[in-house]
Amino acid sequence: MSGFVEFVDAGAGVSIQDRGRTGHRDIGVPLAGAADPVLLACANALLAQAEDLAALEVVLLGPVLRAVGAPIRLALAGDIAPRLTREDGHTQPIEPWRSLTLQPGEVLAVGPCRSGIAYLALAGGVDVPVVLGSRSTYARAGLGGIDGRAPRAGDRLPCGAGQGAQRQAARPFAHATGPMRVLPGPQDAHFDDDAWRLFLHSDYRVTREADRMGLRLQGPTLTHRAGLGADIVSEAVVPGAVQVPGAGQPIVLGVDAQTIGGYTKIATVIRADLPRLAHARPGSVLRFRAVTRGEALAARRELAALLNDWMSRIGPLRATGEPEESALRTGNLISGMIDARPDADCTLPWD
Amino acid sequence: MDAPSDPYPRLHPLGDAAWIVEFGNAIDELTHARVMGLAQALADAKALGLWRDVVEWVPAYTTLTVHFGVSGLGDAAQDAADALLALARHSAPLSRPGRRWRLPMCFDAEFAPDLDELAKARDLSHEQVVALMTGTAFRVYMLGFQPGFPYMGGLPAALERPRRATPRTDVPERSVAVAGRMCAVYPWRSPGGWHLIGRTPLALFNAARSDPAWLHPGDEVHWVAIGRARFDELERAAAVGAVQRDAWLDEQGSST
Repeated sequence: MSGFVEFVDAGAGVSIQDRGRTGHRDIGVPLAGAADPVLLACANALLAQAEDLAALEVVLLGPVLRAVGAPIRLALAGDIAPRLTREDGHTQPIEPWRSLTLQPGEVLAVGPCRSGIAYLALAGGVDVPVVLGSRSTYARAGLGGIDGRAPRAGDRLPCGAGQGAQRQAARPFAHATGPMRVLPGPQDAHFDDDAWRLFLHSDYRVTREADRMGLRLQGPTLTHRAGLGADIVSEAVVPGAVQVPGAGQPIVLGVDAQTIGGYTKIATVIRADLPRLAHARPGSVLRFRAVTRGEALAARRELAALLNDWMSRIGPLRATGEPEESALRTGNLISGMIDARPDADCTLPWD
Repeated sequence: MDAPSDPYPRLHPLGDAAWIVEFGNAIDELTHARVMGLAQALADAKALGLWRDVVEWVPAYTTLTVHFGVSGLGDAAQDAADALLALARHSAPLSRPGRRWRLPMCFDAEFAPDLDELAKARDLSHEQVVALMTGTAFRVYMLGFQPGFPYMGGLPAALERPRRATPRTDVPERSVAVAGRMCAVYPWRSPGGWHLIGRTPLALFNAARSDPAWLHPGDEVHWVAIGRARFDELERAAAVGAVQRDAWLDEQGSST
């Protein structure tokens, strides 16, 4: 039989996400989905399962989870420091970037996200109803997730026991660093050279108004050209679009962004850098760099190669002194070695 | 004053995986007919197996935004740019309405907290506002802001009012609202700055259906005034799923 994950505590900023809801933007349904689909793929890869399965996204404080009914397996990707409590009350720290089996009654406190964003994958994927092609939670309209909302204490999700030995990555996945790369436009012409110079050479700090819908930034004011102004006839927007309202402080849209907007967009973050945006928190400083389409394509290739390299270094769990070690020694090692991804150099976690 | 629809559409990049095809900058039916014409041309071509890299498209007042898949293999959006522009130039405007709806709207005071103020500001009686609302063919230009939120053009100039200076923090779901020369329905409870002048008993969005939104860009909407008793009856019926969507289509207009 299959076990359950029970939420002892729901944490904060926790939601169920997969790769989001495409195909309905013409009727106003936002994409939603994992803010960092690369880390979602990492978490699922640690369970040797499809990279796009739904998982728990953790932005602030991770949940406290208990295994119910049968052993369950999950995997952890992100800058977190969970603690496992055995049935006898013994607790121990658990490193992320590995898979882990909880026996019935054992409790995992995921703890706060120390930086960025983290994902918890469940064996078999988080199984909630598919709404408009996706399990992703879009709470503002009650779509996806558990009855359209974030998890609450007492909720249970089915979870498999997994197969084979536990797996562990050789190292944490690390995104590229450096400025957020943008393609100018669509309203690049609404800004003169001075505004562009400021935009590309200034620090922009993420304010407290930062969530999955977008990040309000604070920095040098970007003035619109006289006669063109800040408002346009409303048109489609995408995650990564950098809107500049009349006050001149940019807003970078996130994965839950509305589908239509009426502000000028000076530039749009390239797809390869969208997962990095998910790691920005209030107080983070962003810089922007304009790139060409060719550079944007090269960045996608680099990201795919980075992810593929990381995945190729997933292996059996290294000795930690945990009880599972004995299972490893008794010969489950064979399933540990990996898993080249077909077309890996070109496959991005949102294709 | 509106400029005629620009015969030469332009492409603007919306990141590395989407093009905004712009047909002009006037909010009018001619420009929007060209937007919908390109949407139809893409739908037709996709049905033939063409434009495989196109994921979806989003009509707005003057633009159609075309979203492409991305991979490390190439720049699908760039590769398709010339063909997209050619299709935009040559696709015929689609001026017939997608579907024609006759939807119930109740002007009860509880649902219309801004109606009296609007009437007063425009020197109209309550009855005149109702007559203007029910005598107008509204055109759905686009959906956005919320899932299923229709931006409908055609509001008579006599009812034109800027948005509220201070948006409401809590607009009840299914409120019918006006601002500028637009009319809309809030499918979800939310903050909002438009003037609330009535409510429809029908939930115009149902995520359990594969086609969740009743209204689509290009559709035409006629409001039919109903009394409070009829509103309550329909609302109860809608809550238990006993309202058939097709019953509210105007038969002459159900061409698609």
